[in-house]
Amino acid sequence: MAQTAASFSASQTPSRGQNRKGLGAIWLEFLGSMNLAISLLVVVSIASVIGTVLPQNQAYTEYLIQFGPFWFDVFRVLNLYDVYSAWWFLAIMGFLVLSTGVCVSRHMPAVWREITRYRTHVREQSLRALSQHRHWDAAEPPERVCEVAQAAFEGHGFRMRTETRGETMIVAGMKGRATRLGYLFTHFAVVIIAIGALADGNINLKIQEQLGNLAIETRDLPVSQVPAESWLAEGSGSFRGNVTIPEGSNSGVTFLQVRDGYLVQRLPFEIFVEDFRIKHYPNGMPKSYESDLVLHDPALEAPIRETISVNHPLTHRGHTIYQASFTDGGTQLSMTGHVLDGSGQSLPIQARVFEDLRLQLGGTERTLEVDDFQLFNVNRDPRAVERTGARDEFVNAGPSFNYTLRDQAGQGRQFHTYMAPIEIEDRWYFLHGTRSDNANPFQYLHIPADDNASMATFMRFYQALYDQTRVNQAASRAADRLLTQMGVADSELAARVAGTADEMIATLLDGGFAAVNLQLESRVATAARPEMLLEFSRAVLQRTMFEIYLEILADQESVTVATLQPDANQRAFFEDALNAVSAVAEYGAPVLLELDHFEHRQATGLQITYAPGKNVVYAGSALLVAGVFLLFYVSQRRVWAMITPKADGGTSLLVGGTNQRRPELFAAEFDALTDALDRHIDQDHRG
Amino acid sequence: MAISREDMLRDMRQPSLLQRLTGADWIWLAIVLAATATTCVVLWDAMNTYEVVITAATGVTMIGLGWHWQAAKLYMGIVCGLSLIAISRYPELGAAQTDFFLKYLLSSQSAIMWMSALFPAATLVYGAALFTGNSFTGRVASSLTWMGAGAGLIGLLVRWHETHLYAGDIGYIPVSNLYEVFVLFAVITALIYLYYEAAQRTRSMGFFVLLVISASVGFLLWYHFDRQAYQIEPLVPALNSYWMKIHVPTNFIGYGCFAIAAMLGVAYLIRARVADDSPWATRLPTLKQIDEVSYRTIALGFAFFTVATILGALWAAEAWGAYWSWDPKESWALIVWLNYAGWLHLRYTKGLRGKPMAWWAIIGLFVTTFAFLGVNMFLSGLHSYGEL
Repeated sequence: MAQTAASFSASQTPSRGQNRKGLGAIWLEFLGSMNLAISLLVVVSIASVIGTVLPQNQAYTEYLIQFGPFWFDVFRVLNLYDVYSAWWFLAIMGFLVLSTGVCVSRHMPAVWREITRYRTHVREQSLRALSQHRHWDAAEPPERVCEVAQAAFEGHGFRMRTETRGETMIVAGMKGRATRLGYLFTHFAVVIIAIGALADGNINLKIQEQLGNLAIETRDLPVSQVPAESWLAEGSGSFRGNVTIPEGSNSGVTFLQVRDGYLVQRLPFEIFVEDFRIKHYPNGMPKSYESDLVLHDPALEAPIRETISVNHPLTHRGHTIYQASFTDGGTQLSMTGHVLDGSGQSLPIQARVFEDLRLQLGGTERTLEVDDFQLFNVNRDPRAVERTGARDEFVNAGPSFNYTLRDQAGQGRQFHTYMAPIEIEDRWYFLHGTRSDNANPFQYLHIPADDNASMATFMRFYQALYDQTRVNQAASRAADRLLTQMGVADSELAARVAGTADEMIATLLDGGFAAVNLQLESRVATAARPEMLLEFSRAVLQRTMFEIYLEILADQESVTVATLQPDANQRAFFEDALNAVSAVAEYGAPVLLELDHFEHRQATGLQITYAPGKNVVYAGSALLVAGVFLLFYVSQRRVWAMITPKADGGTSLLVGGTNQRRPELFAAEFDALTDALDRHIDQDHRG
Repeated sequence: MAISREDMLRDMRQPSLLQRLTGADWIWLAIVLAATATTCVVLWDAMNTYEVVITAATGVTMIGLGWHWQAAKLYMGIVCGLSLIAISRYPELGAAQTDFFLKYLLSSQSAIMWMSALFPAATLVYGAALFTGNSFTGRVASSLTWMGAGAGLIGLLVRWHETHLYAGDIGYIPVSNLYEVFVLFAVITALIYLYYEAAQRTRSMGFFVLLVISASVGFLLWYHFDRQAYQIEPLVPALNSYWMKIHVPTNFIGYGCFAIAAMLGVAYLIRARVADDSPWATRLPTLKQIDEVSYRTIALGFAFFTVATILGALWAAEAWGAYWSWDPKESWALIVWLNYAGWLHLRYTKGLRGKPMAWWAIIGLFVTTFAFLGVNMFLSGLHSYGEL
């Protein structure tokens, strides 16, 4: 920056008073120096890199875990968790701006001279020193030659000034001086942008905090309880805050995140959220997030109603409201809890998302935390590819919700349950996902849906397995039937076999088929023909459960078991039910929640900003663009014609020209100029 | 003998822009105006005001580009013509498999594959031209580069049409993800290079520039076959804006220029080691040519990168809530900008030339590449649209 303009001006006045510089002048020199500017730029770049590599504005505890107590403190003191508003970063930026400002203002007079002056005081030897120059000995009188030169300059688009020095006439022309403006524009633009950005920064907050007028609140409090020193009044300067507003609620504040806490900024208006919507593409990807807002401003007669969405914010009184995020706003869920202890107890549960609820489940107690609710679950249709080859067919699996069940010890387990049954390979299931923590994927329990698309049949079946008498009766029927089939009619054996069935079912309910197999294997190990016994026992177990299932079916259809002919569908249901019974043992919860009904309520996450410096920054940006293009794509060219009368009545014409920025482009231009002169000058002989 | 001042002026006056236009220029003007008007009429209902303005500005840019650069007229004409043919044969997506022209030439996948074959071929032929010093070979290389750039742009334009053939109103300009912008990068870099090739009247720089284009094609192919990145997915809401139509291409003019400048830096370092009496001295570009084109590409790149960053800030003000939020992408854009601002300052004020500047341009490409790719791959932020 320092020598930009200086190097342009060929007729530099020798710098005066080198050794009489005052301290101020030395300071100015230093501030405006290129070396300082480049060094600062390097520091800014490095700081910017740090700011991108080190995630900014995270919770302090996370940094502490990441770096340990020592480095955590070092980085905190250096303000590396919020580099871009660190005092040292701002100071460097300020220095850069000062440096640029000093540089441009120091060169301003020189640049201005370049723009306005035609340099008519050029000497003959300096023209002859130019790489582009030519000499004519014209036959015409000086006045005529001067006229030709002026016409040539004008014809080639040069502005000019003519001066007479003694007998010599000098025509000095220039064009493309706007490039000098490019220098001014670009450098002023940097200063202007910095000033605008500074106005939009949070310097004021920092000062207020230092003065003790402001205190960052770090506790999670309701707005009404936030102490006054953490509040910012309207018109306290620029801010960028976030607020989450549930549908049907309003807010007159926004929260500014500062380091590991927040401040509450009062707004000059109230924002009421009527509705929040997510529109989806056919593949379930969100297409748009929209909030219907009503702005109540006491200064307005009628409230403003507007729908905002991503890329379409609402600006009112300098405040801009953006669609930034969304979350559940407390969806009301009506559920049925099926207690899985065989009691058949089912309890109605009413809960809101983000709400905690104590559940008394038979002998145990659990805390229910409803974590989230999803209205849609759109997935690529796995069968579409085989059916039509299309990849763009999707199925919506319907609503689902997430919850955590915590026991008295505080140990939690997470669940993800779908409201409606989902079709998997032509069968329909209610999916109940479970996992111990976030690190694991959900394992889904598949409960078969009955003909009424409900879990009722399965629940009845499951409950019946706990019913001793029922199991005993079914077991003896099953044993009888199997032994009869085998041609062994032995009532004593049948009773013994039936007894094991009862035990096997208890094991199944407790530990699934895996546990049953283990138990059986250990029992038959000493038997004579273990394989056969094993197979027989399994057949008894299966048949017993089938008998129970038949009873339930008969009950549902109000027919007797004897007349019941289960169809393929019902048999498939039974297979699914067996698997589900086994899987319930590993479900990890004493209760199965079924979602009956919900009232969807979302909350929109709004970002509200007030940036009074924005237009300044934009103006600076426009200036910067104009300046850059002027600087690169306009080049200043100067030409001179020196006309001296000769003793023989003829004239000596010396023409020279220069393009300092792009000399390589100038040769052709200069040739065109001299060609034009050639056509109109009757030369005696070339010089 | 004495001609009047007026006659003299008339004779000497340089022809104005309008006077300099040839018949072909006027025909070009008419064609582009008609095409722009037709576009606006046909697509009026589908466009908002900003998009109409962008369409009109595109028309004006095409006219100016065609006037300034004769070869560009032919290029743009052929690309638009072929794209229109492709679109006319494309009533629904299935046509890409059944229609012969679409399947083997003009569907976006085919066209991009042609581009991916033509650019490496051009690289090899430029290399051969450099080794043999044969001028015909050089001309072939240029033609291949033109065709590669044409195939790539056709691929993007047809893909634009294809996005609109999907159900559910997902149509978007295909500059929204890493796959699409890599095609854009290859096309823009090739075109900027071809401009300077014509301006400098030398094909000896081609090999160096095409190397970086081929590298991006290599990445593109890996991305295509390994990650199936060619699949068209709907836009995330934040990208669904007219700003994307101007921000992204402007940015890639900058990236393309910086890539060329870096490769010319390599050429400079090689040429600087070659003795003047070596046969390579005549085959390689001269230091003056390299220096000139390096400067001009960095200046062009810097100007467009400045515009692109400002456009990005304007967009951010609409989508993210602030024109500048020190997002990793923004910070790295600033670093890139400062880097080339430094380069230009040292050249202007200290008159620095030669090897240090060549090295700087090469390092600059690494900085730029990190801003373009590294930020998406290693740093999370608001601008994480082009993740691998």
